[in-house]
Amino acid sequence: MKKLHYSELWCSSPRYWGGLAALTFIILLGMAAAYYMEHSGHWVTGMSNQVVWGLPHVFAIFLIVAASGALNVASIGSVFGGPLYKPLGRFSGLLAIGLLAGGLVVLLLDLGRPERLIVAITHYNFKSIFAWNIILYTGFFTIVGIYLWAMIDRKAQKFYQVTGFAAFFWRLALTTGTGSIFGFLVAREAYDAAIMAPMFIIMSFSYGLAFFIITLMSAYWWASRELGSHRLEKLKNLLGVFVGAVLYFSLVYHLTNLYITQHHGIERFILLDGGVYTVMFWLGQITIGGIIPLFMLYSPAFSDNRFAIAIASVMVLIGGFVQIYVIVIGGQAFPMNLFPGKEVVSSSFFDGVVAAYTPSLAEGVLGLAGIAIAMTLVAVGARMLKVLPESLEDPEQGTA
Amino acid sequence: MSGNREQPKEIKRREFIGMTVLAAGAASVAPGILLTVAHATAEAEGASSEVRWGLLIDSNKCAESCNACVDACNRENGIDLLQRPQGQGDEMWDAQRPQWIRKVKLKDNQTGEVTNLPMMCQHCEFPPCVDVCPTAASFKRADGIVLVDRHTCIGCRYCMMACPYKARSFIHQNVEQQTLRSPRGKGCVESCNLCVHRIDAGATTTACQDACDKDGHQAILFGDLRDPESALSKALREKSSRQIRADLELNTGVRYTSL
Amino acid sequence: MDSSTGILRAAGLTLAGGVVLLLSTAVYSESAVTSGSKAAGMNSCVAPTAEMRRNHMDYLKHDRDSVVRKGVRDVNNSLADCIECHAEKDGQGGYHPVNAEGQFCSTCHAYLAVSLTCFQCHSKTPEQKQSGAASLSGGGSSGQEGGLGLLIQSDEAAALSVEEMVQLHAVFREE
Repeated sequence: MKKLHYSELWCSSPRYWGGLAALTFIILLGMAAAYYMEHSGHWVTGMSNQVVWGLPHVFAIFLIVAASGALNVASIGSVFGGPLYKPLGRFSGLLAIGLLAGGLVVLLLDLGRPERLIVAITHYNFKSIFAWNIILYTGFFTIVGIYLWAMIDRKAQKFYQVTGFAAFFWRLALTTGTGSIFGFLVAREAYDAAIMAPMFIIMSFSYGLAFFIITLMSAYWWASRELGSHRLEKLKNLLGVFVGAVLYFSLVYHLTNLYITQHHGIERFILLDGGVYTVMFWLGQITIGGIIPLFMLYSPAFSDNRFAIAIASVMVLIGGFVQIYVIVIGGQAFPMNLFPGKEVVSSSFFDGVVAAYTPSLAEGVLGLAGIAIAMTLVAVGARMLKVLPESLEDPEQGTA
Repeated sequence: MSGNREQPKEIKRREFIGMTVLAAGAASVAPGILLTVAHATAEAEGASSEVRWGLLIDSNKCAESCNACVDACNRENGIDLLQRPQGQGDEMWDAQRPQWIRKVKLKDNQTGEVTNLPMMCQHCEFPPCVDVCPTAASFKRADGIVLVDRHTCIGCRYCMMACPYKARSFIHQNVEQQTLRSPRGKGCVESCNLCVHRIDAGATTTACQDACDKDGHQAILFGDLRDPESALSKALREKSSRQIRADLELNTGVRYTSL
Repeated sequence: MDSSTGILRAAGLTLAGGVVLLLSTAVYSESAVTSGSKAAGMNSCVAPTAEMRRNHMDYLKHDRDSVVRKGVRDVNNSLADCIECHAEKDGQGGYHPVNAEGQFCSTCHAYLAVSLTCFQCHSKTPEQKQSGAASLSGGGSSGQEGGLGLLIQSDEAAALSVEEMVQLHAVFREE
C-alpha cells in the first residue's frame, strides 16, 4: 500500500476564497439577526410561551446531532479497524468539532440572556440533562481535540487508541444526552418516550455521515485532489444502511405510540391531520429524507454517479432537518392534554388548541449562520492542519 | 432594643449571623452601620419547611364571566405595566405576554357539564421545571413555593418545555416599568409565586384570593397544607378534591374541587 | 458631585482600619449622593462610604440570595432600600430613575465603565405612596411603604459605633 501523505488544503483558487467569503457573509448576517433578536427581545421571532423552542433550536439540535455522527468515520477507522476509513479519520474529527461549535453558537445566541453564559458554566443543577449536556459538549471538544492531535502528531501516537475509544464512547453519551433532552419531558406526549435517545444516536449516524460525504467531496473538488470511487462507494453504502435504520426507528417510535391509547392524539396529529407537520413528516422526513436517498444510494442506475451520491446526501440532510423540526416544533404545537375527558371551550392561553408557529426570517438566518460557522471552521481548519490526504486514490486490488 | 428581647430565639440567631457576616466582611463596617431589629417578625424568619403553601380552588364557585383573579394578579405583580410591542397582533400578544393565572372553561365530553377554573403554577412537590433547569434558577423554597431566581436564569426555556401546566411565561420584550415588589426583565422566565412578597411579609392571602372574595365568589382559598387546623386543610378534608394531571404524581400544591 | 471617585477609591484602599472613621466623613462631601434624595439628609449609609463604594455589590448579592432563595426579607442591604434613599425627587411628586444620567448610580458606574444590570429588571424609583403599597398593608411591616425587604426609616436609623456593635454581639451571645 502506498504511503499516505497528508497536507494542508492549499489552494489559491477563487473557489476556496470565494467560498470562504460567502460563508463569512452568511455568518455576519446571522450575527446581525442575533443582535436584532436579543436587542428587541424574542417578540420579534415566531416563538412564544406556546412554542418556546423555535427554528434556532432545530438548527442547533440538528448540528449537534450531526457533529457526533461525523466523528463516526474516525471511530470506524480506529475503534473498529476499517483500513479504508482510517485516512479519513482526521477530517472526520475536524468536521465533528466544527459542527458542534456551529450548533452551540446558535443555541447560545438564542438564549434569553446569552450574556449570562458564565452563569451557565458556574451554576450547575446536576439533575438537569441540559447541565449534563454542557459538560458533555465541552468534554467532546477536549477529547476530540486530543484525538485529532493523536492522529496528526507522531509523538502523540501512543494516545491514538485510547483517545479513539474515549471519543467513541463520549460521542455516544453526547447523543444520548441530546436525545434525552426530549425523552425526559414527561408532560408532552410527543417526547415522553425512552426510544428518543437511541433514535437520536441512529439519526446522528445518518446526518453526520451525510455531512461528511458532502464536505469531503467539496474539499477535494476545491483542492482538485483525487477521491477514489471505491472509497466513496463504501461511504455511500454505509449511508444507505444508516438511512434505512433511521426509517426503521421512526417506524418503531410511531408504532409504539400507536399502541398507547393516550398517545393516539399526537400520532393522529403527526401522521394524519396535523397540517404542515403531517406534510413535513411524509414529504420531508420519509420521502425526501428516506425513500428517495435510499433509492439513489442503492439503485444500480446511479451506482457510479458521484453527483447522485452528493444529491442523496443533501436530501438526507434536508430530511433530517425536517425530522428534527417535526419532533421539536410539532411536539410543542400539539396541545397538552391537561383535562382528560373534557373539551376546552375557552382559554386566554390556547389550552387545547394547536399552537401556531411561523418562524421569522431572523431565526432562519441565525440558524443558517450556525451551518456557515461549522463549514468555515472546517475550511479554515483543513487549510491550517494536515487533515486531508493528498490523494484518496483507491488502494490497488488486494491490498485493502 | 428592649422590645427585641421578647422575640423568639430563632430570629435572634439569624440576626446575629447576619451581623457577624457583615462584620467579618470588613473590619471597619461598624461605625456607620444601621440596625433595624424592630420589625423582625415574618420577614426575618424566611421560608420554613414546617409549612407548605397551597391553594384550593372550588370550580363550582368560579364564575364564568368573572376575570377578577386575573386582573388582581396582573396588578399585584406589575404585569399590567407591560406595554404591547407596536404592531403586534392580538393572538401573538396573548401567546407572548406573561400569564401567571388564566381562566379556562371546560365542557365534559360525556355529560356536557361546564366547568370554569383558574389555572396557574401548581407548585408541585416534585416540580419538573426544577429538575430540568440547568442553572438551578428554577427552584422550590422550603415552604413549597416554586419560583424562578431570575438572577441566574439564562432564558433557555427548558422549564417551559417541561411544565405540564403551561404555567410559565418568558419575557419577550424590553420592560420599562416595574413595581418594587415584582421585578421583571427581558429574557427571563417567570410564573405564579403565590404572591411570595405578601406571604413573606406575613400576609395570609394571595391577591387572587382577595379579588375573588371581594367579588363574593370565594372560589380560591390560600393556606398551609401542612397545618391540619388551617382552613385549607379542613376544606380539603371535607370535600374530595383532585390534582390536575395527577397521573404525573407531582403532588401539586394547588388542588381543585368539583372538577 | 464630581466624578473623581476612582482616585478616592484608590485612596480608600490604602487607608485602612482606624482611619476609616475619619475618611467616611471626609469622603461624604465629595460623594455622588444627589441633593434631592433622602440620603442627602443622612450621616452615612448602612456602612461607611468607602466601605459601601468598595463592597456594595457584594452586600447586595449576599442579601439578594437570602431574600429570593430563603425568603428572609429582613435584610440589611436591599436594593429597594438603596433606591428608597438615593432616588432624587423630580419636584413633581415623582422621582428621577436612580440609574439615569447624573443620578446616584450612574455617576460612578459611567465613570468606571461598569455596566449596571440591576435595573434591567428592578424598579428604578421608590414606590409611589398612593399606588400599589395599599395591597401590602396586610403584611407584618407596619407603617412601612413598599414592604419589600427592610426599609430603614430615617427617624429610627441608628448609627452604631464599634463599641456598640461589640455590645450588641455580646447581647446576642448571652441568649
